Amino acid sequence: MTHSRPKTKIKRDMGVRVFDFFSIIILSLAALICVIPFIFMLSGSLSSESEVVRNGYSLLPQGFTFEAYRVVFNSLGSTIGRAYLVTMYVTAVGTVLGLLITSMSGYVLSRPDFKHRNKVAFFVYFTTLFSGGMIPTYMVVANVLNLNHSLWAIILPGLLSPFNVFLFRNFIKGIPEALMESSRIDGAGDFRIYWQITLPLTKPAIATIGLFTALAYWNNWFNYSLYLITDKDKWGLQYLLYRMLARVSDAVRDSQIVMVQQMPSETMKLATALLVTGPVLLFYPFAQRYFVSGLVVGSVKG
Amino acid sequence: MKGEVIALNQVSTPMPDTLKKKALKKRGAPFTDFRAHKVYYFMIIPMIIYFVLFSYLPLAGLYNAFTDYDFSKGLLSPFVGLKNFEFLFHGGMDSIIWKLTRNTILYNVAFIVLSNLCQITMAVLLKEVAMKKFVRVSQTLMFMPYFVSMVIIGSIVYNLFNYNYGVFNNIFTSLGFEKFDFYRTTWVWPIIIVVIEIWKGLGYGTVIYLASIMGIDESIYEAAYVDGASKLQRIRHITIPLLKPTIIVLLLFSIGGILRGQFDLFWNIIGNNGLLLTTTDIIDTYVYRALTVNFSINLGTAAGLYQSLFGLALVLTVNAVIRKFDNENSLF
Repeated sequence: MTHSRPKTKIKRDMGVRVFDFFSIIILSLAALICVIPFIFMLSGSLSSESEVVRNGYSLLPQGFTFEAYRVVFNSLGSTIGRAYLVTMYVTAVGTVLGLLITSMSGYVLSRPDFKHRNKVAFFVYFTTLFSGGMIPTYMVVANVLNLNHSLWAIILPGLLSPFNVFLFRNFIKGIPEALMESSRIDGAGDFRIYWQITLPLTKPAIATIGLFTALAYWNNWFNYSLYLITDKDKWGLQYLLYRMLARVSDAVRDSQIVMVQQMPSETMKLATALLVTGPVLLFYPFAQRYFVSGLVVGSVKG
Repeated sequence: MKGEVIALNQVSTPMPDTLKKKALKKRGAPFTDFRAHKVYYFMIIPMIIYFVLFSYLPLAGLYNAFTDYDFSKGLLSPFVGLKNFEFLFHGGMDSIIWKLTRNTILYNVAFIVLSNLCQITMAVLLKEVAMKKFVRVSQTLMFMPYFVSMVIIGSIVYNLFNYNYGVFNNIFTSLGFEKFDFYRTTWVWPIIIVVIEIWKGLGYGTVIYLASIMGIDESIYEAAYVDGASKLQRIRHITIPLLKPTIIVLLLFSIGGILRGQFDLFWNIIGNNGLLLTTTDIIDTYVYRALTVNFSINLGTAAGLYQSLFGLALVLTVNAVIRKFDNENSLF
């Protein structure tokens, strides 16, 4: 076939091939760099401790063993189990409540017959312009609302974000007004229109905001460090891991004295890290689809 | 403005009652509107309460930026005027606030420029590669770091760079070089932190840009192909110019937030490591240490207030610039 094509065509094909070749190399490299650290973690957690201490981490497990996982389950099993329950509880309650409030507000803000929508929208938007910052917020949660030592200190502050409220509002604006108008004529009230007409039509937005919120709750360690520092039975997964890692790395960072025997095992830390991340890593290829479609919709200005 | 409104109301008072009611309904006076749309108000109340509690109420706490904070007295601590700011700004170029501002801004500029550059490159390449499966797989893999917590990222960084069995020192020794003590060397951390930030955000940003590229009319590419444009020419003369508005708007928006650091990132990688603070301390980490390590509430609040005010000024400036450049995309 090729010989019958005109000369420029061949040249163009060559160019395309060279370009594709380099694109694929660059993209593969980028993808590889994004995955390699996780492979190091996995292989480290499956290596024997003595090999890691002698040779350091490597891409393939050295002296393949499930020892680290066995130790983690035996000595930390109940601690991690409890932290799992805390994190799942916080994530579930926070995500459901957050979605409900975000979608209701987004719906009202999208209604042209809600007179004060612009004022309320500015009330929400202003919080992104100027804020009290970390310490005043801490004071309100801890001293004014008295949420210290309560899981509500994790759940409540993370419920809403202005970005999510506006994302939902913009999404609803894409739904034809006639649909809501006709259900109103059929006698549906405002809440019924929201619940039975709008919500089913905004599944992609619900999924995106729900995933954003859930991810933020699942990965939160910061609020535990402020409000639940002494309540070990209420530590979430990430904060538990944070404490395990901080203890060891501070020792190494602050002094060069090497005390291998007395330190918690390196492979054990990796095994814990993978257990903590596990559900997210398994879940994310599915979640990513929603992220992508939701983000694309949300970034269209309404 | 206020005077005018009052004057208008006064003019309308002599109207007959029935007409007045109609006018009120039309204008949607608060009470009539409330009765007509009670449900709306109930649906939006939880959100209002949320923002009042977690965004507006904390503003009162900014008062502590002007006090010598005393834990037993709270907001009744002695007022000291601008003393906290004098402390933060003391010494001009050697002052705490100058170091923090410089670090915060330099990191964010590096993040913004390099992250966007990498994301745009990836998006452009993903568009051009015709193998669907490869595109999907590589996109999924690039998105992976976005989903894991900063605690895990901190642990990954530690396992890469620690002195004893870190991956890099492992490589150095196997190549016959000396071990390198990363955690005692200040200059390497800006590089590491910037690379990690690019790495973490690569998938997310690529998706945004790819969506924008996919929105470009395909017939433009076809016309260029018929005219004999090569792939590189099509990228240079179609994709990049049509992507420019998105790029510029995203860049301008991120400039508004240039004083807000990635606290999570810095704290999980560096923590409270005094050795590295000269090159890694940003305003947010300073405030967090003020709250949890040094307990200097007044200084931390003052630094936070400085950050908010500086940030607000930047947002307003950037918005004015956007309005001039592209009115459609200005924020307000």
